[in-house]
Amino acid sequence: MTDRASSGYKSGSTLERMLRAGHFAVTGELGPPQSADGDHIREKAGYLRGIVDGVNITDNQTAVVRMSSLGAAVIAIEEGLEPVMQMTCRDRNRLSMQADFLSAYALGIRNMLALTGDHQSFGNHPTAKNVHDLDSMQLIQVLRDLRDEKKFECGDPVKGVEPRFFIGAAAAPDAGPVEWRPYRLAKKVNAGADFIQTQLVYNTKAFEKYMEEVRQLGLHERVCILVGVGPLKGPGMARYMRDFVPGISMPDHIIDRMSKAAAGIPKEEKAARRDAWRAEGIQVCIELIQQVREIEGVAGVHVMAIEWEEAVVSIVKGAGLLPRPALD
Amino acid sequence: MITGEQKPLDEIKGLLGDGKKVLVVGCGTCVTVCFAGGEKEAQILAASLRMSTKLDGDAREVTDATVQRQCEWEYLDLVEKEVQEADVIVSLACGIGVQAMARHFPDKWVIPGLNTTFLGLPEEQGVWTEQCQACGNCILALTGGICPIARCSKQLLNGPCGGSENGLCEVKRIKRENGIPVMQTDARGREQPVLEDVECAWQLIYDRLKGFDKLDLIMEIQPPKDWSVSRDGGPRRIVREDLRLIDEE
Ligand code: SF4
Ligand code: SF4
Repeated sequence: MTDRASSGYKSGSTLERMLRAGHFAVTGELGPPQSADGDHIREKAGYLRGIVDGVNITDNQTAVVRMSSLGAAVIAIEEGLEPVMQMTCRDRNRLSMQADFLSAYALGIRNMLALTGDHQSFGNHPTAKNVHDLDSMQLIQVLRDLRDEKKFECGDPVKGVEPRFFIGAAAAPDAGPVEWRPYRLAKKVNAGADFIQTQLVYNTKAFEKYMEEVRQLGLHERVCILVGVGPLKGPGMARYMRDFVPGISMPDHIIDRMSKAAAGIPKEEKAARRDAWRAEGIQVCIELIQQVREIEGVAGVHVMAIEWEEAVVSIVKGAGLLPRPALD
Repeated sequence: MITGEQKPLDEIKGLLGDGKKVLVVGCGTCVTVCFAGGEKEAQILAASLRMSTKLDGDAREVTDATVQRQCEWEYLDLVEKEVQEADVIVSLACGIGVQAMARHFPDKWVIPGLNTTFLGLPEEQGVWTEQCQACGNCILALTGGICPIARCSKQLLNGPCGGSENGLCEVKRIKRENGIPVMQTDARGREQPVLEDVECAWQLIYDRLKGFDKLDLIMEIQPPKDWSVSRDGGPRRIVREDLRLIDEE
């Protein structure tokens, strides 16, 4: 990985250069295994290589213990992917986080996504103590200060090479209080976020409204917004998201569409119904990309197909986003 | 106030060791108000222990006494005699009282009869909620009098997170009755604890600040908190020179 910092880039990551060149960016997601099996990542990497500009490597996602995002990100680099390493505030304090930033940069990681993290009660160690020494807003600031001020959170200078990340943050446009969400985004931009990946968007009407306010605040000119999209596997998953996943708005018409996808296929033909649902899920996702792409201020999409990485190529291709633009 | 919940009787029995003479000591302050360790609870626990150990064929001699405040030395002196006669002391005070007893009567084995739960208030008759974590640097002026350290599941200073919806936190609380999780069988036949909704502290903060037209307070990014004044700085101590009787060398 070349040092492009001197050429006016913040980090010089592919994702940064892609966005800077004005291309509509595509990121994906790869969940590390609940084991020490590096081949698991190598296999998944095959589904994403050349399809996306960056791959989020999740950090003990849903509070389930997995290979660390740092370790998995290094394997991803070996496999020719560009990782977007996720870092949650749940598991590490400010010492541990900054230490991992230094390691990550030294190992070639250039994109870092600052997250609050799912609560441990959702995962497989619900009796754990959580950390939350910093929150995601403060974590963004720490990343920015390390890069732009060359100083640690305590104010001490970095003694030598500073970690220069393209700094990412999350946004949940449909979470509550909805009217505060554009302002919360503004806080993240003020803190130093360079790019944003949103929670899954299905309700494009609501999202358009959100973006209208984001534009009024001028945020789309200060941060690159990648809209979270993901393929549904069936009507059950759609209903589950509507009923149980906080911060996701699932419109009825999408649930209807998913339900109708297998209409006419007898209940016994499980595989056929499954395939019909999945094909429709991919189609809905493609259309969502096409819709959000038309919204002013949207700089790309973040395709979340966790445990269904094979779907990503169909989605990105179907949305007319392949081949990925070449960078010099 | 400090709230507490009595430990299950079997657990307390298990902690008695082989002490034959047991003294249950209640406290007349916080834990009386939350019906966990006052005079009445001390009498009931003593009676239960008497009966239960007898039924077990391991009868103990159990008496009780209650002091106004177990966390102040002068009140402890008042039960000196009872304490000296006992082999083991069950303190029904909060963790502070238990430790005060152990320090004040260093040759006595003192066990806790309560689980000290939190600093809270009575929400309604029979319901208490946590309000403060004694973080050492109160920020309630910034958050409209609603504490995100104690009441946000992730202690966010710059909330709300993406898990807030319809005023509720993404984190659910395990429903407990007398400290024990209430269980139910789910659709797949598995035993699961019953979960109850928790308000999102940051929604409450937002609503209150909006009402006061003070949302600009949370538009400011709050810097990382100084946890050294909280428990993370090690055991804390307050010294008021103006109140001290002896100078510390
Ligand atoms: S900010 Fe600290 S001192 Fe104030 S109520 Fe919350 S925990 Fe207690
Ligand atoms: S939903 Fe609200 S209370 Fe719960 S963790 Fe998020 S901000 Fe805190």
